[in-house]
Amino acid sequence: MLKQIEGSLGIAEAVALCRPGAVCAYPISPQTHIVENLGKMVKTGQLQDCEFVNVESEFSAISVSIGASAGGVRAYTATASQGLLFMTEGVYNASGLGLPIVMTVASRAIGAPINIWNDHSDSLSQRDSGWLQLFCESNQDAVDTHIMAFKIAEEVGLPVMVCMDGFVLTHAFERLDIPSQEQIDQFLPPYEPREFLDPKEPISMGAMVGPEAFTELRILQQRKMHKAIPVIERVTREYRELTGHHSGGLLDCYNCDDADMKLIIMGSSVGTAKDAVDELRAQGIKAGIISLKAFRPFPYDAVREAVGSTKNVVVVERSFSYGARGIVYPEVVRAMRGTDAAIHTAVVGLGGRAVLGSTIKDIVKYCLDGRFTDEMTWFDVDTSLLNSYLKDTEGTSVPEGPLPESALLDTLQHVRA
Amino acid sequence: MLDAIKFYQTGSNTVGNRLLNPSMRAVQASADRPNTLISGHRACQGCGEALGARYAIDAAMRATGGQLMIANATGCLEVFSSPYPESAWRLPWIHSLFGNTAAVGSGLAVAARVRAKKAGNTNVPRVIAQGGDGGTTDIGFGPLSGMFERNDDVLYICYDNQAYMNTGVQRSSATPPAARTATTQLVGAEPGNDWGKGKNVPLIAMAHGIPYVATASVADLKDLEYKVEKAMSFHGARYIQILVPCPLGWGSASGNTVTIARLACETGFYPIFEAEYGRITSVRKIRQQQPVLNFLKLQRRYAHLTGKKADPKVLARIQAMCDDNIKSFDLLGDEIPETTPVAVQAHERSHEI
Repeated sequence: MLKQIEGSLGIAEAVALCRPGAVCAYPISPQTHIVENLGKMVKTGQLQDCEFVNVESEFSAISVSIGASAGGVRAYTATASQGLLFMTEGVYNASGLGLPIVMTVASRAIGAPINIWNDHSDSLSQRDSGWLQLFCESNQDAVDTHIMAFKIAEEVGLPVMVCMDGFVLTHAFERLDIPSQEQIDQFLPPYEPREFLDPKEPISMGAMVGPEAFTELRILQQRKMHKAIPVIERVTREYRELTGHHSGGLLDCYNCDDADMKLIIMGSSVGTAKDAVDELRAQGIKAGIISLKAFRPFPYDAVREAVGSTKNVVVVERSFSYGARGIVYPEVVRAMRGTDAAIHTAVVGLGGRAVLGSTIKDIVKYCLDGRFTDEMTWFDVDTSLLNSYLKDTEGTSVPEGPLPESALLDTLQHVRA
Repeated sequence: MLDAIKFYQTGSNTVGNRLLNPSMRAVQASADRPNTLISGHRACQGCGEALGARYAIDAAMRATGGQLMIANATGCLEVFSSPYPESAWRLPWIHSLFGNTAAVGSGLAVAARVRAKKAGNTNVPRVIAQGGDGGTTDIGFGPLSGMFERNDDVLYICYDNQAYMNTGVQRSSATPPAARTATTQLVGAEPGNDWGKGKNVPLIAMAHGIPYVATASVADLKDLEYKVEKAMSFHGARYIQILVPCPLGWGSASGNTVTIARLACETGFYPIFEAEYGRITSVRKIRQQQPVLNFLKLQRRYAHLTGKKADPKVLARIQAMCDDNIKSFDLLGDEIPETTPVAVQAHERSHEI
């Protein structure tokens, strides 16, 4: 059914279609509207056989979800940024226990300095938490990915983070096609947990495991992640056949067939980038986009295939790793090992700085002009702001324009004595 | 009526079972007790926590007809009972984290209700969340308070051995003053734990206005079983704090666990009471008052208070706290306190002795 609604309401309706038994809520921008809407649905009876729990912290939001999931119902919660960090201990615990919780991460920067706007540093900080991380490029993609996420989580036996850009998606009103309850009931069967706490068949969960078996359990967890790749592909196929929506998947290619260079992007910037590369194509500049949907498990084979014989690849990242470089970049390099593709990282859109069509065009031209000298380069930097600090405090400065890591290193060679 | 009579075994002060008719005997006295925490686990000899957990959970199993699930905090109880691939628990049991047990319990209760409703089943499994004093009064306190204020249908049991025993006997907010722990050593001008610190979680639980709060000890089996069964007769958030001496942490003989727990009650050191909806409804009266020294001298954590170099002023401060408890909870009189007693820490914070 077509509706002109806010992204968050769309997500709430999608989650409700999946018939969760427990929804845990703790307010943090920009995910609040999702759980607000779900709370209303439980209260009005639109969402039945479900309890809405207003907890006192994100730590309890994930913990109540853990209890509810271990108790044998579908559990859902949503968070962002500081909230995700506050629940981190439970995030790792949920995956170790193999609980198929679905959680929205309305991606937002992490402080200090405190910042409520969108980038990807929150979910990527949980890279090694053992959760699947699925990124969404539009609100329709997010609606559909949430529904698929329950099925994927339950088949694989691991929790799933659905990562959608805060504000840019969560607060955007646009046309959404919400599937019917009949369609989703057909797609997602009633929840039958493989193992749960039941007085009829008592089990112990969360035992202490020592060196004699810990490695093996970790290997089995990795095996589940490998298993998730074909599950994501199959569930996506089923969902697309059912709804006709072109959502989900491991990744999606746009204008890639004859591209001279390819951008690898996660999240809502993909939409902007599509417009930008269309405009570039009119000027005869051929850039393709690989919209990376699955960050964990990382689809190495699919990325390798999508990059193909393209020699120039730029990973457009909305966070980076201090003291190192990009976060998605090393995975792409691993995927392309043995090929002669040159791979670079462009860091953009931190803390909500808009990723504009011009940003994307600058990156494409910078790449095709052979100007990427370094592994990582920041774009859309306010050089004068940066230099006002560097000049005042250390008597050094950076050049105008995109800032490669090497230029930042150079400033350390020219510090005022 | 036989149940109105208190039986004491000769010379030991232990409340006996043998003269009671079988229907009135303690759950633990029965040959077919549930043994929910089965033997073979790895608790230390004389472990008060293992004893308390067995009493409490068996009583809860009887009260719920076996429809019971447990969320267990990280700590000794978890570690000694669930080393993979073994488990000493004969009921559905989950260990998640150290600080989130009350919230995991809330989630289990949600799941139990929703599943029962969907299945048209009226016999909804009940939930106990349990942990030590560190997991309860310190790191798990936020989720505990949240569970209380939401009045979630969970009984939280705190096995209070007054320090972080699993990590090697460090101070918690339940550690009494002057007690030795690994982080409050017997050195300096004021050896042992600081004075005027700590919190009284049973009173804080009462301030939430939850249906039921009680303290108990492993020295009084029938009282403990009664309180657990009573707690299971309520729905909503409930809290029981059980004093469970720790031979390792307290430096006491394994065979003295029950004796020390009894002395904690008989000295006024640990008031035993119950409360409903924020008001005290019963107090376990002291039967034979003892000086606190009798409690302290069995424990090496108080070694500095009993030797030749002992400082009588410190002993007097501890005795004053016990006396304050006796007065505040009316542990010797016939009455039930009409007003909420004041946390014993207030005594130290407001008095200079």
